[in-house]
Amino acid sequence: MWQRIKLEPSRFVLHFAVLLIVAIWTFPTAGLLVSSLRDKDLIATSGWWTALSTTDRSAQGRMAAADKQVNKDGKFEISGNIFDGTEVSGLVRAFGLKVQNPSEFAIDTTATFEDGKTLLVKSDGSYVYTSPVAFAGDRGQRLFYITSQPPKFTTENYSTVLFSEGIGRAFVNSLTVTIPATIIPILFAAFAAYALAWMKLPGRGFIIAVIVGLLVVPLQMSLIPLLKIYNASGFLSKTYLGIWLAHTGFGLPFAIYLLRSYIAGLPRDLIESAQVDGANDFKIFLRIVLPLCFPALASFAIFQFLWVWNDLLVAIVFLGSGEEQLVLTGKLNGLLGSRGGNWEILTASAFVTIIVPLTVFFALQRYFVRGLLAGSVKGG
Amino acid sequence: MAAIKLTNINKSYGTVHVLKDVSLEIKSGEFMIFVGPSGCGKSTLLRSICGLENISSGVLEIDNAVVNEVPPSKRGIAMVFQSYALYPHMSVYENISFALENQGLPRDEIKKKVEKVGELLQLTPYLTRLPKALSGGQRQRVAIGRAIVRGAKVFLFDEPLSNLDAALRVQTRMEIAKLKRDMPNTTMVYVTHDQVEAMTLADRICVLDQGRIAQVGTPMELYDRPGNTFVAGFIGSPKMNFITGEFARKNKCTTFGIRPEHLTIAKTKGAIKGIVDYSEILGSDSFLYVETEHGLLTAREIGKTIIKNGETVWLTPDPKLMHRFDDNGKRIN
Repeated sequence: MWQRIKLEPSRFVLHFAVLLIVAIWTFPTAGLLVSSLRDKDLIATSGWWTALSTTDRSAQGRMAAADKQVNKDGKFEISGNIFDGTEVSGLVRAFGLKVQNPSEFAIDTTATFEDGKTLLVKSDGSYVYTSPVAFAGDRGQRLFYITSQPPKFTTENYSTVLFSEGIGRAFVNSLTVTIPATIIPILFAAFAAYALAWMKLPGRGFIIAVIVGLLVVPLQMSLIPLLKIYNASGFLSKTYLGIWLAHTGFGLPFAIYLLRSYIAGLPRDLIESAQVDGANDFKIFLRIVLPLCFPALASFAIFQFLWVWNDLLVAIVFLGSGEEQLVLTGKLNGLLGSRGGNWEILTASAFVTIIVPLTVFFALQRYFVRGLLAGSVKGG
Repeated sequence: MAAIKLTNINKSYGTVHVLKDVSLEIKSGEFMIFVGPSGCGKSTLLRSICGLENISSGVLEIDNAVVNEVPPSKRGIAMVFQSYALYPHMSVYENISFALENQGLPRDEIKKKVEKVGELLQLTPYLTRLPKALSGGQRQRVAIGRAIVRGAKVFLFDEPLSNLDAALRVQTRMEIAKLKRDMPNTTMVYVTHDQVEAMTLADRICVLDQGRIAQVGTPMELYDRPGNTFVAGFIGSPKMNFITGEFARKNKCTTFGIRPEHLTIAKTKGAIKGIVDYSEILGSDSFLYVETEHGLLTAREIGKTIIKNGETVWLTPDPKLMHRFDDNGKRIN
C-alpha cells in the first residue's frame, strides 16, 4: 500500500489546501456552537476555546454586618458564607480585603491584619472574621476574592432566543417561505426541462438561449416592476404567496438550465423505448425521466433552499416586517442592532439559522456532487 | 402476420441525404436483416420503420396500412435497442409490464403475461431484480421479453448483440434463431454490421450501401451471385479478391472476383504466380496472403498449411466459381 502513495508536491499542496478550507469552515462553526452553549458571563470574560477549562474570575462581596457578631472567649467573631445573597458560584481560590489585590491570601490559611483581626475563608465561601474588639458600623467589611469556575454549558441561550427574542417565530416564518419556494420552481422547471430536452417544439433552441440569458440578469433589476405589479394586483403584495412566486421566478432559469442539461443527458434509447412501449410524453416524464433525474432535482433543491433561506433582500422587499412575516435573516439583522453586545443571543440565533441549511446539505449532499456534474458525466 | 412494404423511401437530415429511394417488401413472418458498413443508413431505415424517425418522402406500409404518420406504439411493432434501453430504476417485472400498463390492461392479466414471458426466457428468478443486477445476456433477454410480451406483429432489432462478448454473442445468436423458429408468424427485421449474424440468422438479407439498397436476397444468393462489387466484397470473410487490368480484360470483364476459398494453391504450376507474404493459421483452415503481379491476393487452404512465408506458390481460380463485373461494378452473367 505504502509504495503506491507518491509524495508529489502537487498532491501535498492539494491536501494542504483542502485541509485549510476544511479548517476555515469548521472552526468558526464550532466556535459558534460552543459559544452559544456557554454561560453568558463566561462568554464575556473568556474565548470559546477555553470552554472546557476552569476559569478564574474576581468578585467582591460584603461580609455580615456588626450586628451578627458573637462574643466567643473574649473575641468577637462574624461568620457566614460570602456567596449568600449573590449570583456568584464556584470555588474560592484566594481572597483579600483590598480591591487592588484580591488574591492576597490563600484559602484555608488564617490571615492576620495589623489591628489584630483575623480572617479565614474556605473554598466553599464560608468565612470566619475575628477581632479582639467589638465590630462597629452598620455595614459589613468588603471582601474581594477569586473564584474558579468549572466548565458550564447551558441551553438557556437557546430557550431565550427561541421563546423570548422571537427567533422561534422567525424560524417558522423562514420555513414557510423556503419550503414552498423550493418545491414550486422544481415542479415547473422539471416539466419545462423535459419539454426543452426531448419534445420537438418550434423555436426550442431560442427558448433555451433566452433561459441561459436570464441566468445572468441581476434580480435587483426586476424589483421595482415586480412591486408595481404586486401592488396593482392587491392580493400579492406582502403575502407569502407573493414571495413564493418571486423566489420561483428568480430560481426558474437556473432550475430549468440545470435540469435540462441533466435530462438531455439521459440515454436517447430509454426515451425512445418508452415511446415504442406506448407511453405519452406525460407518462414518460412521470415514470421514466422524473425518477432518473432525482439527483439533479435534489441538487437544485439544495441550491434553491440555501439561497431562499439566506435571502434577506427579496424577503424585506416582498414580505412585511411584522412579527407574523419577518424571516430569520431579517430578525437576525434586527438583533445585531438591538442586542449587539449580547453574544450569547447572537451566537445562539446564528446557530439556529444555520442548523437547517446544514441538515439539508448533509441529507442531500451525495446528490449535490452528482448534480454538479450534471451534463458533464453521462448518467451522472 | 404482418408484411412491411417500403416504397421510394427518402430520408434527409437537412442537406444530408441518408436514405435514397429505398423500396423493399418484407414478407409476413420473414427474418430480414439489414447489413452494411457504418453510416450506410441501415439503422435509420430501421428507425423509420419503427416510427422514431419521420421519413421525408415515400410510403411505408405495415399490414397493407400506410403508417407514415402513425406513432410507434400504434404500429404493432416492438423494438430491441442496441443498449437494451432497460429502465434502470424499474425491476425486470416492471420493465416487461410497462408497455402492457400503458395499454391499460387489468393487473392480473399483466401478471399472467409477464410471468409467461419470464418462463419462456428463463427470467422467472430475476423478475424482482433491477437491470443493474443482471448479466449482459440476461439484460438482452429482458429486452427481448419486453418485445414479446406486447404480442407485436413485427420485431425490430437494432444491433442487439454488439454489446455482448464473443462467446455470449454466439449463444444469444442461437437463442434469437430459436425465438424466430418458435414464432414463425412474427416478422423480424434486424440490423447488424456483422455479416456472420446476417448469414446465419436471415431468411433474406438486404445489403445497404450509402443509403441505397445494393442487393436483396437469401444469404446463399448473395454469396453465390453477388449483384455488384460492393456486395461481393461485403459478404464473405475474408474478402473476395478483386483483380482488374489485363487479367480481367482477358476474362471479358472490368473487375474479376474470386473468393479466397475458390483459389487452388499449388507449389509448381497454376494461373497466377506469387510469393507468400504472410499466413494466418487457424487450425481448421489457413489463409495465405500472396503477393502477385495483380496485387495482394488471399487464398484459403483447408487445415494447417505447410507453406512458409517467402515461398513461391501458384494460384488457380475455379472457373465455375468466379465472378465478373462490368464498368459500373454490375455483375456480368
